[in-house]
Parts: sequence; C-alpha cells; structure tokens
Amino acid sequence: MKFIQDLLDKARPAVTTGKLKPLYPLHNAIETMMFVPDHTTHSGAHVRDSIDLKRTMVTVIFALVPALLFGMWNIGHWHYIATGESETMGLMDNVIYGAIKLLPMIIVTYAAGLGVEILFSYLRKHPVNEGFLVSGILIPLIMPADMPLWMVAVSTIFAVLIGKEVFGGTGMNILNPALTARAFAFFAYPKSMSGDSAWISGLGGEGIVDGFSGATALSQFAAGNTAPEIAGHALDMKNAFLGIIPGSIGETSVLAILIGAAILIYTGIGSWKIMFSGVIGALFMGLVFNWVAPYAATPAVSDFMAIPPHWHLLYGGFAFGIVFMATDPVSASQTEKGKWIYGFLTGFFCIAIRVFNPGFPEGVMLAILFMNVMAPLIDHYVVQANVKKRQKRAQLANANA
Amino acid sequence: MSNVIKIRKGYDIKLIGAAEQKFGDAPSVSHYALIPDDFTDVIPKLEAREGDKVLAGDPVFHIKGKEAIKVCAPVSGEIAEVVRGAKRKIEAIRILPDSEVKYRDFGVSNPADLSREDIIKRMLDSGVWANVEMRPYGRIADPEDQPKAVFISGMNTNPLAPDMNFVMSGLESEFQTGINALAKLTEGKIHLSLEAGVKACPAFENAQGVTKHFFSGPHPAGNVGTQIHHIDPINKGEVVWTMKPQDVVVLGRLFAEGKYRAERIVALTGSEVEQPMYYRLTSGASLKGLFESGIKGTNNRYISGNVLTGRSAGAEGYLGFNDEQLTVIPEGDQTEFLGWVLPGFGKFSLSRTFWSWLTPNKKFKLDTNMHGEERAFVVTGQYEKVFPFDIYPQQLVKAIMVRDLELMENLGIYEVTDEDFALAEVICTSKIPLQETVREGLDFMYQEMN
Repeated sequence: MKFIQDLLDKARPAVTTGKLKPLYPLHNAIETMMFVPDHTTHSGAHVRDSIDLKRTMVTVIFALVPALLFGMWNIGHWHYIATGESETMGLMDNVIYGAIKLLPMIIVTYAAGLGVEILFSYLRKHPVNEGFLVSGILIPLIMPADMPLWMVAVSTIFAVLIGKEVFGGTGMNILNPALTARAFAFFAYPKSMSGDSAWISGLGGEGIVDGFSGATALSQFAAGNTAPEIAGHALDMKNAFLGIIPGSIGETSVLAILIGAAILIYTGIGSWKIMFSGVIGALFMGLVFNWVAPYAATPAVSDFMAIPPHWHLLYGGFAFGIVFMATDPVSASQTEKGKWIYGFLTGFFCIAIRVFNPGFPEGVMLAILFMNVMAPLIDHYVVQANVKKRQKRAQLANANA
Repeated sequence: MSNVIKIRKGYDIKLIGAAEQKFGDAPSVSHYALIPDDFTDVIPKLEAREGDKVLAGDPVFHIKGKEAIKVCAPVSGEIAEVVRGAKRKIEAIRILPDSEVKYRDFGVSNPADLSREDIIKRMLDSGVWANVEMRPYGRIADPEDQPKAVFISGMNTNPLAPDMNFVMSGLESEFQTGINALAKLTEGKIHLSLEAGVKACPAFENAQGVTKHFFSGPHPAGNVGTQIHHIDPINKGEVVWTMKPQDVVVLGRLFAEGKYRAERIVALTGSEVEQPMYYRLTSGASLKGLFESGIKGTNNRYISGNVLTGRSAGAEGYLGFNDEQLTVIPEGDQTEFLGWVLPGFGKFSLSRTFWSWLTPNKKFKLDTNMHGEERAFVVTGQYEKVFPFDIYPQQLVKAIMVRDLELMENLGIYEVTDEDFALAEVICTSKIPLQETVREGLDFMYQEMN
C-alpha cells in the first residue's frame, strides 16, 4: 500500500499550491478513503472512538447488501416470467440480467452525485462528505429496474443539489436526499415510475407474453383484489415476505431488509426506536382501517381497508422505507423522545396515504418526506418540554429561597 | 445501603495500565513550575520576579482582575525563570527548590473558632483558594459568592483513575479539618459522594458534618457534575462550589499545621508505563525524573491527568496544579490503510460497527489517533448514551456554537462544564471538539453575565 501513499504524496504539491489546485478536494477525498489519517488529538480528550462517518456509512452499505443482491435476482426473475422463459432460466441467469440493469444505475448515481459533491466541496471549500456513499446505493434501490439512466442521473443531481447542498451539505439537509431523488423522478417522469408496466423489467420491449399485466400487489389491492397474482404467480404473504413480488429494485424482500435492520440495530447505527414505532404506527392505522372498512365509499376501498394490518408491512416500500429511509439521522427527529413520535407518525401516514390514494398505491415515500419536514417541529416541542421543566424547577427553588 | 443513585448512561473505557496499590520511590525532582493554563480563563499577574526567594505558600501570581486570588509557590526556593510564549504569554513560572522545604507560617488554628471571613482570607493568602471551583462556569470560585452548597466527589471513575479510598487512607484528620473549614463557607450542606457497594476508607466513612450520597454505575458517575445534577441541580442564579478530596486535605493542613503543603498522591498509569503505581508528589513537580525510566517506547503522549480531561504535559512537563493522575499512552501519528472498511477486531468503539464487540471485556491500549476527520453533525442520539443529565447535549452544543445566550441558558448550560462532555467527545462520530466548544461557551457566558 506504500505505492498508493507515495503516489498521493507525489501529487500533493500540485494540488495544494500548484496548478491543479481545483482538484484538491478530489485528492483529499481519495486520500481519506484510502487511509485513516494520521491526525492526533490536540484538544479535549486524548483518545477517540474508532468510529467515524465513513465507518458509519459503510456499515449502512453492508446492511443494504442483502436487499441489493436479492433485488438483482428479482429483476431477472420477473423479467423472465414476463417473457415466459422463467422455466428455463436459472439463478445465475436472473442475477446476471439484474446486474446488467442495476450496476449501471449504481455507477451513474455515484458519478452524478459525487460529481456535484466534489464541485460543491470545491466551491464551498469543505472536504467531500461521506453522506453520499449511502445515498448512491439507496437511490438505485428505490427506482424501477427499467428507469432510463439519464433520468436516474437527473434525479440524483436534483436531490444532491436541491435536497442537500443548498442547505449546506451533509448534516444540514431537511429532506432525505435519496427520497428527494425518488420524489423528483416520480413527479417528473410519472410514466417510468408508476402504472402497471413500470415494475417489471422489459415490459416495454419485445417478447412479452400476450396479455401479461405487471400490476403490483398494492395496486391489485387498491382495485379490490385481495388475492393478487401475476401470470399464475401468487403475490401472497409468503412471497411478499421473501420478496418474490415486483416492485422497486431493493424494496421487495422483507427478509433481506430485516437482515439489514438487524445489522443497523445491532451496530447502533440505525434507530430501533424509529423502526419499532414505525411498525406500530402502520399496524395501528391498518387496524383503524379494519374498523371503518364497512363504512367505505366503494367496495374496492372497503376491501383494501379490510386487509389484515400486518399485510401492509410486507407489501410495497414500507419495510425498506422505515428501515433505511426514515432512520436517516439527519432528516429524522434528533431527540430520542421525538424519534418515537416521528416513527409512529411515519408508519401511520404511510398506510393512510397508501389506502386513501387510489392513483398511487404507495405511501411510504410521501409519508417519510412529510415527516422529515415535521421532524424539527417535533424536536422543538420535545426540547421545549425540557426547557419548561428546568424553568419550573428554578421557580420552585426561588420560591423556597 | 440506602438511597444509592444509579447512573445508567455512561461508559467505562477499559484501558491497560491501572496503578497497583503500592507506592513507588520518590523520583528526583529538579524543579517545580506553576502553569497558569491549569486554571480556566486566567491571566496571571506576577507578584514575584525572577531571582526572588519564596517560601512554600508565598504568592507567585494573582489573577488579573481578582487580586485577592493568589497562586502560591508549592515549595520554597528561587524563582528561576518565567517562561513566556507567543505575545509574551506566561506559560510557566519555574522554581528551583531548596534542599529542604521551608514553609510560610499561617498559624495553627481550629476552623471552628474562626469566622467565615478569616477562613476565606487565609485560604486566599495561602493559595489554597485556587483549588475551590465554582459551578456554573467551572472556574476558580469567587470569594464574594454565597454558595448554595459544597460538593465533594469521593470517587473517581475516569479511565485508570486512582482509587480514592486508597489515596485517602490515613488522611482522616486533615480531611476532617478541611471539611470543618468548608462548613463555615456555606449555609447549605456539604455533599460527599461515595462509590456504592465499596467499603469507604475511614476518612470518608467517619467524616462528620457532611451529607453522604452513594453512586453506582459507569463513568461519569464519579464526576462531580453528574453528582450535583442528581443530588441538587443548579438553577439559574445559584452557585455551588466543588473541591477534590485531596484538595480538602491541603485545606485541612493549612489550619492543622499552619502550612500550605501541596503534597499529593498521584497514580502513574497508562499502557506505556512498565510498573503503574502510586507516587507522592508535590503540585507542580517536574516529571522529567519520573518519566526518565520505566516508560516503554519513545513516541508517547504524557498526560497530567486522565485521558479524557488531562493536559498534554510532555516528557519534561510538570504535574498539574491539582492533578492526581499521570497517564502515558502512545501517540497515534500513523495512517491506516482502509481502516474504515476492515473488520477491526481489536478496535475500541462504543458502537458495534467494529468486530471488537466479540471481546467486550478486552482492555485496550489506545493511542491518540483521531480515527477520522471532523465533520458536520450527522449521527444523533449518540451523546445521550453517555451523558447522564436531563439535558439535550447536541442541542446545547449547537446553541453554544451560535452563541445564543438565552438558548444556552434554557438548555441547561449552568449545570455542565467541559469535563461533562468528555465522554461524548470521545465517542463522537463527527469528531467535534466538544470540550473546547463547551469551554468557549462557558467563558463567553461568563463574560456576558459579569
């Protein structure tokens, strides 16, 4: 590894004082990626925890790997069902097809996002922050497999620019950048992001089985069909849990997401409070819908309301959203009490939007973005309660004195 | 044991190099030094010049703006040198000691017979006063204040900290005399906090005129700030004073012997010390003799104090004014290839992102590497795990950063000092210098309020 260090050392004069000064943030980013710097403590405590932001981010990426690998397989699996070739295609065929779809998206996302980050770190003269390491994986995983790469790039640039950098960069953003990218894509390119043909790869192309419909389980629920299936493949609870249903690339397998959640919770990176209260919130809303289902306006809505609450946890993007998106520490509530409220309401609104909005049978994205905006308000009241308590204590002490 | 206060939030950093409970031979001390930076926000005004002869207890400097508060020579001898740094700032005042210490006589007396004013005057004149700290702000107490109470922590939970029950054994009468003097200073109580479930040494066990509290749990259970918060938190406008037990002993000697005798028991600790144990040293002693032998390696950080709050003294440095611990750990000035991706089996972390969670009882040999660069706040809920106060630490630090006085006050800045944030600083993912930030905030607040 000495030669890498030597190379970086050799380039240092050029980028610090020489002609290539604009490239300093890039040099710094590469260096800090390759080596934990030799900086020692100079104020305060003399020893420090080994954790840093890079380690935090890479832990989230590890947690995403199961969902990512499963997503790759699942893209291929559903593509070959749509083409009627699923019988002849094996595990590797599915994965290879998925990889051909997914890897370019990841590369494009990183290139676009890091490009903006490095540009800003040069303009603002701050080091490149690690936040995008995770966003760069999250964004492809919440897109449909057939999303054109230029749309992915534009959405990413929008998210980093408007979602993050205008607020001051990593740590300052109000909205989760990855969800901002998805929201942008959803409203800017609705044809690629919704409808029955978006969620299975290749439906727009040739060789599709006649009359094949790729409607997701949620949209079939919304249409009043409580036993959804595609071309004879049941979208039942077991398959939803394993993830063998169509959807955004990374969101389908609750099992893979649960492995990720376990990693996040065990390492202490993701807030279990948000995840747990989010699940409670979703179940609660599901139960409420069960109670009011008989009074629904149409039979279809009534049927959707009546599905068992725990189904909501398995279908759509709920699991992925609550584990990987709602727990983003920057855009979530920052107080521990606030996290309970924030998580509960995220789950609550997710199911509410999902059931009430027939045009778009998925609510987790909008629910989380809405709660991102509300999080500072929640924190404000939580902190104010602490302030009031302290003032009251002081008044009491003065009265006794 | 009744009413044990359990501290749940906190963490004991397990380090190699705890002191064995025995005393080492007194090292040769060539000279002594007073270091103004041992005191918070103090500008020294010299009272003795280079070449002056001083007795132990003769003033060397007083605090600018507060002439009554003096810092006195710990030993008798000659003022050898005033070491100045940039902008002629006084960094140290070196004293060449006499072969036998001669003490200035303050007269033996029983504090019970003296008035509050007499006791304060004698403490100020002898320099003992500089050991009394006030809260809020965490600085030398103002003798004009009327403190609500006095707090003494009889336990030290810092990494590799000296065992206070060992340190204080045999000091019963001096400690009690000190307590008797303190009793005259406040109309409130004198709170003495002890470690729960441990047999206290006679000095603590038999102390009269104090209210005892028992604390259990991880660090910072032994920090006086934690104890104040759980016993009787500070409200706006209130002042409390704090002292360390060994300082109370120095105070006791002032009345029992009529001398300023700043001898202390100091634990020499850390992974780079061959035989960690206790030593009897005097405040300000040159540590060169002590560090000359028995230290492994050469590229070390020599700390007067503990790894959380101590001052980097250097191999030829001095024992801090009221420090009771010395720590020697290796410097960590080397890079590590891809250290943020590798499993990290032997790495210290409160999070479980490194595989060292497989060995939870492992004792670490930590160096001074930062393990990353400073970043914006990203992770939340992290400080709260090691911050046993009913205070929102991250919000308070942000309020300090933007210098919002009202918000700082509302969020509880009066109840904390920089040392209360030490553990949060250690575990901070974004490597934010919390102690420095809080200290700046406290000094800013002090200036605005006075």
